[in-house]
Amino acid sequence: MGKTFKGRPVIAGDITAEAVVTRQGFNTLASFQKSALMKKKEVICSDQNNADLYGKNLTGKVLCLPQTIGSTTGGMVLHTVSALGIAPSAMLFSGPIDSLAAAGVILADVWTENRIVAVDNLGDEFLQYVQDGMRVTVSEDGTVQIS
Amino acid sequence: MEYRMHLTDEEQAILNGSQGETMAKIVKTLVLYGDAFGATRFVPVTGQGHLVTSFGISVLKPVFSIMDELIGAGLKAKEPFTLDPRPIDYKNVKCNPIEKLIFSKILYGMQGSYEAQLQKIGLKSEKSFTCTCYLDEVENTPGYGDVLSWAESSAVVYANSVLGARCNRNSGIIELFGSIFGKVPEFDLLTDEGRKAKWIVEVRCETKPEAQVLGSAIGMKVMEDVPYIKGLDRFLGMELTDGVKAYLKDMGAATASNGAVGLYHIENLTPEAKEQGDALIREDAKTYVIDDAELKRVKDSYPVIWKDKNAQPDRCFIGCPHLSYAQLGEWADRFAAELKKQGKQKVGLTTILTAAPEVLEHFQRDNQADYDRLLSFGVKLSSICPLMYMNNPLCGKRPVITNSNKLRTYTSARYFTDDEIAAIAVKGGF
Repeated sequence: MGKTFKGRPVIAGDITAEAVVTRQGFNTLASFQKSALMKKKEVICSDQNNADLYGKNLTGKVLCLPQTIGSTTGGMVLHTVSALGIAPSAMLFSGPIDSLAAAGVILADVWTENRIVAVDNLGDEFLQYVQDGMRVTVSEDGTVQIS
Repeated sequence: MEYRMHLTDEEQAILNGSQGETMAKIVKTLVLYGDAFGATRFVPVTGQGHLVTSFGISVLKPVFSIMDELIGAGLKAKEPFTLDPRPIDYKNVKCNPIEKLIFSKILYGMQGSYEAQLQKIGLKSEKSFTCTCYLDEVENTPGYGDVLSWAESSAVVYANSVLGARCNRNSGIIELFGSIFGKVPEFDLLTDEGRKAKWIVEVRCETKPEAQVLGSAIGMKVMEDVPYIKGLDRFLGMELTDGVKAYLKDMGAATASNGAVGLYHIENLTPEAKEQGDALIREDAKTYVIDDAELKRVKDSYPVIWKDKNAQPDRCFIGCPHLSYAQLGEWADRFAAELKKQGKQKVGLTTILTAAPEVLEHFQRDNQADYDRLLSFGVKLSSICPLMYMNNPLCGKRPVITNSNKLRTYTSARYFTDDEIAAIAVKGGF
């Protein structure tokens, strides 16, 4: 059993990893800053205002979210954690990608050796269906398979 | 790779490397950014730049590597730029020796080298560190219709809404790339359609709403959409006086931080609303009514996230975004009145008013009486960024109070209205 969704690839790529899910806006700076500042090898979400993700490991995961929120340093922060090799492997957006997240995944793609695969417009049903720990396979054409 | 944006021959040549590999990467970044939002072309940047990244924090080494690459390629911003405030001011915002050691050697250990990079890329001046670059004293005030490449959210929303400039809510680095290339992809708030309101906000309060709470309520409701605000001209009038602009500065910063608003219109007041009126409202716009009860509900919803919720405050920040010249004078009057009321000579709490370096110079030069009065009250004047000061593991745990909804949103600081803050600061606690 599983379900397939189709979105728009913003940064295309093939990846399979475990899902971590937030149904509220993802505050990029607040989520990453503590682990990045402490130079940790993995990011443990430090946003106390996000009950879905607080305290969870984000590194290498498929981060499923509606959009990012917060400081306009957000894109730069995503670029930084990508360069440090501690970013999520993919970001899957139920709605259209926001300008800060788009900047972050694009900066990571063009200016680092790493890539954060990004797909947007997956729909509200996607975010209702996907749960923490589910295995998610993202394909280059924006197809997302959840099992 | 195929791109959807239409590039001129010159832009295509740059993308292909005619001006070097680094410039090609800058243009590729901006093309991908434009493609993500359906931009069809680049438009020239017509205003000076402003950068959001003002802190030489060691974890940002990948950003400093980009800066090195830009400098190595001989690239500079087309026009000199201003940038957000510095994160430290040892003279006016005291630290204990351990904090100072950690700030200078570890946390912000790259501040000096980063500022040297900024000078090579096009920093306007040593004084250009403020989030209120658009104030007259700072001389980075965009004109109506100017296209900008900025990222600081409070400055973007002010430039769009109060000045009628056009700027998207960009990320750090992207705004620098736009300033270097001299062009930005045209989408969203750069287009007429993108500037139309998806929300009508009806203000039905009995008295003038607190700017910071009104902005917070609007931001939380409309998130990234454009609101058209009706009923506020009853309190603010129909002219953009210095006092009204200061109110809109603070209200806008709250809309941008409590939500993600990049532009608001105010009926009969802001330039595009004066010109176009209801034609700025989309047919499918939703309505949000704000009355005194709604503002109370919003203010009461702010959580207290101090480690010890019953602690007494040990510091007070006023001025996020930085205060204007007129606001500094108002705070001198407010503190004078509160000190008289409580029968005291000095504030009882470390209280820091923050403003742009050039605004503080103006204040000291042209209103020496209020400047001296504030210092005699024991108030500190600084150009520090309260948000960056608090956004580190050492200071984040301090019980700080503020009149800024932006500072409340991004840190553990507790929000109080201007009058509440004055009373607490003078008393020295609750």
